[in-house]
Amino acid sequence: MNNSLVVVVIASGVLFGTPLLYAALGELLAERSGVLNLGVEGMMLMGAVTGFWTVERVHAARPLVLAAAVGVAALAGAAMAAIHAFLVITLRANQIVSGLALTIFAGAAGLSSYLGNDLHLSGKPARYQFQEIFPKSLRDLPIVGPVIFGQPLLVYASWACVVLVALYLSRTRVGLNVRAVGESPAAADAMGVSVPRYRYAHTLVGGAFAGIGGATFSLSITPQWVDGLTEGAGWIAIALVIFSFWRPTLCLVGAYFFGAFKALPFALQGHGVTVAPELFQTLPYVATIIALVLVSSRAARLRFGAPAALGLPYAREER
Amino acid sequence: MDFEAAAGEVHALLGENGAGKTTLSNILTGLYRPDEGHIELFGEHVEFNSPRDALDAGVAMVHQHFRLVSPFTVAENVVLGDHRDVGRSFFLRPRAIESRVEELSQRYGLAVAPRARIWQLSVGEQQRVEILKALYQDARILILDEPTAVLTPQEAGALFETIRAMAADGRTIIFISHKLHEVKAVADQVTVLRRGQSVATVPIVDATPRSLASLMVGHEIEAGRRQDGGQEPGEAVLELDEVWADGDRGVAALRDVSLTVCAGEIVGVAGVAGNGQRELAETIVGMRPATAGKVRVRGRGIRNGDPRGAIGAGVAYVPEDRLGTGVAPGLSVASNVVLKAYREPPASHGPILRTRRIRELAERVIERYDVRTSGPHVPAWQLSGGNLQKVVLAREFSGEPVALVAAAPTRGLDVAGIETVHSYLREAAERGVAVLLISEDLDEILMLADRIAVMYEGSIVGERDARVATARDIGLLMAGGEDGD
Repeated sequence: MNNSLVVVVIASGVLFGTPLLYAALGELLAERSGVLNLGVEGMMLMGAVTGFWTVERVHAARPLVLAAAVGVAALAGAAMAAIHAFLVITLRANQIVSGLALTIFAGAAGLSSYLGNDLHLSGKPARYQFQEIFPKSLRDLPIVGPVIFGQPLLVYASWACVVLVALYLSRTRVGLNVRAVGESPAAADAMGVSVPRYRYAHTLVGGAFAGIGGATFSLSITPQWVDGLTEGAGWIAIALVIFSFWRPTLCLVGAYFFGAFKALPFALQGHGVTVAPELFQTLPYVATIIALVLVSSRAARLRFGAPAALGLPYAREER
Repeated sequence: MDFEAAAGEVHALLGENGAGKTTLSNILTGLYRPDEGHIELFGEHVEFNSPRDALDAGVAMVHQHFRLVSPFTVAENVVLGDHRDVGRSFFLRPRAIESRVEELSQRYGLAVAPRARIWQLSVGEQQRVEILKALYQDARILILDEPTAVLTPQEAGALFETIRAMAADGRTIIFISHKLHEVKAVADQVTVLRRGQSVATVPIVDATPRSLASLMVGHEIEAGRRQDGGQEPGEAVLELDEVWADGDRGVAALRDVSLTVCAGEIVGVAGVAGNGQRELAETIVGMRPATAGKVRVRGRGIRNGDPRGAIGAGVAYVPEDRLGTGVAPGLSVASNVVLKAYREPPASHGPILRTRRIRELAERVIERYDVRTSGPHVPAWQLSGGNLQKVVLAREFSGEPVALVAAAPTRGLDVAGIETVHSYLREAAERGVAVLLISEDLDEILMLADRIAVMYEGSIVGERDARVATARDIGLLMAGGEDGD
């Protein structure tokens, strides 16, 4: 039963969706504060390569090495995001241009490839990787076994992150301030909330999440370093934020939905059906466009739409 | 600049635009830092480096453009940035906030539902939310920047009562305005500002509107409504016949509007913002298609939704959104002057623009309309509001229009600019142009118009002869005919 198509697709959909989920949660935080960061793909690749490098070079107990790798990946993502933050928050550069530049700079055929080649990382499996943590007896349970208990630690950590981010945004004072900064920086500023400080913090944390998302590829899914490893997952993550109407819980649903699209062609192949994976990869974008159409009315946009100040630099007005 | 206000006092700051009212309040609320001098609060020297410092010290401001987060609820807006008890509650407690908001709104007569979302509220209600924000933060000094600009006379009356109640509680209210009768109605003390200096502080009992006005502009100005009663209106030029049109949200914004403006006549359209005035102007000039009914100029119908047709028929338009619709801000003054005339000689010859001619044309306009700029090559956005409006008027008049639609033509202008615009509108009417003046400033309409039509929720709810109309009467119509008090 656990080998049936549906269970396999769902179980691997959850795994494949996890890097999307991390990256989308990070992007969601940045966007809720009003910063659009199109550098997700680049930040993910930097996280993937530096996380993999840590596992190759650090010699210690397995849990320590993996923890360090995730930490390094998060730092690498945050460092990349810092470049974007400085350009768009301090210098008020165009956010789209800066984000694209970041992906080109750090992404495939950029800094991440250079690091991968220079440190001779490609072509070998990771020395340590995240594995299933529950005992075989649990993993063999019908349906819930592979779907719930058959996942590596990073999956469970991502669930915690979803809950924390959701509570943070909706129930805390600081979260309220973040949302205000993204919706109406002038109102937040007038109430004594520092717009640049909030935007820097959330852009950086967003980058860290993207870095962890990248490391999920190189330390769990693949698990090895290949140039351009994420294969556009960063872009899907950005689409996912829109698809989920900037809501963390919907992000989770969307990530697994999109993850399942990725898993489906492989699972079908196992059943002797061949379909072009490329075609399936376009489905997330189609779903996103449908979601955008659904929320295009004004009332819906105010409730489910993008933060009103998304992508706009903020300066205290003259007068 | 020296300025002093006592506790429990309503202190008006009176001055033209650019007199320094807003700059002063920005310094008081920590948005700007003073280059020199210092602020004392209750006898203590204070220094504000950010809005938060000012809020902590008890100084809050209600800006002219509200600083509200529109998808948030009233309660969420009120608690925003409040950090006094972060340590005690990291999490939001909506119930507690809502009940406190409820309590404050009852005490000061600020009726508004704490759970409503801002975008569902009227402008007047939104302003109450702004005041509630300040009260929630225990502001001891409250600065109100032209609070009545967006209100009906009845709403303004309610606001004045709230102001008095707050002052009675020992709070200091700084009331920024350029409307003399309001200052007279609500303030205890008034400080008049002119060109960044405080020229006088007087108790309101010693001040007359006339003495304040002359302090404000530095010389006596003539005020009051149109004296001559106007000339006899000529034939009907601009006619609207049972016009309906949809607003941006797809709901009918104009409902069965019929209106006639005759040659040489100024018809004022009064109403609170958002009751269809913008849609009315846009429908007449062809920018918004009418869903039913007909717009006619000199008896000939204008094709629906065809701005060029309207221009061809002789309709000139001074739009409400000066910088967005009125001019192309990045283009030079010269280009903006010929924006409607560039298709014909002398501005162009076939497909080629004749830049020298355009330049000459612009220079003539700059001189004739007294546009203060260093030359026709200056980009339009660099001009001040008044000068920009002169450019728009010059362009619109140069086409020798038969009808002129002017939407809020003096909004944001200083007294001198307002006078200029008013005199141009009068001149146009004297030349026989049919002028439709749409304005939220009732005083302006009473002063200029021959006839006043009042809009409410997309319909014309009443027409009055300007010579016999009273502000109270019009105000009631603006509020939908209900008695506000």
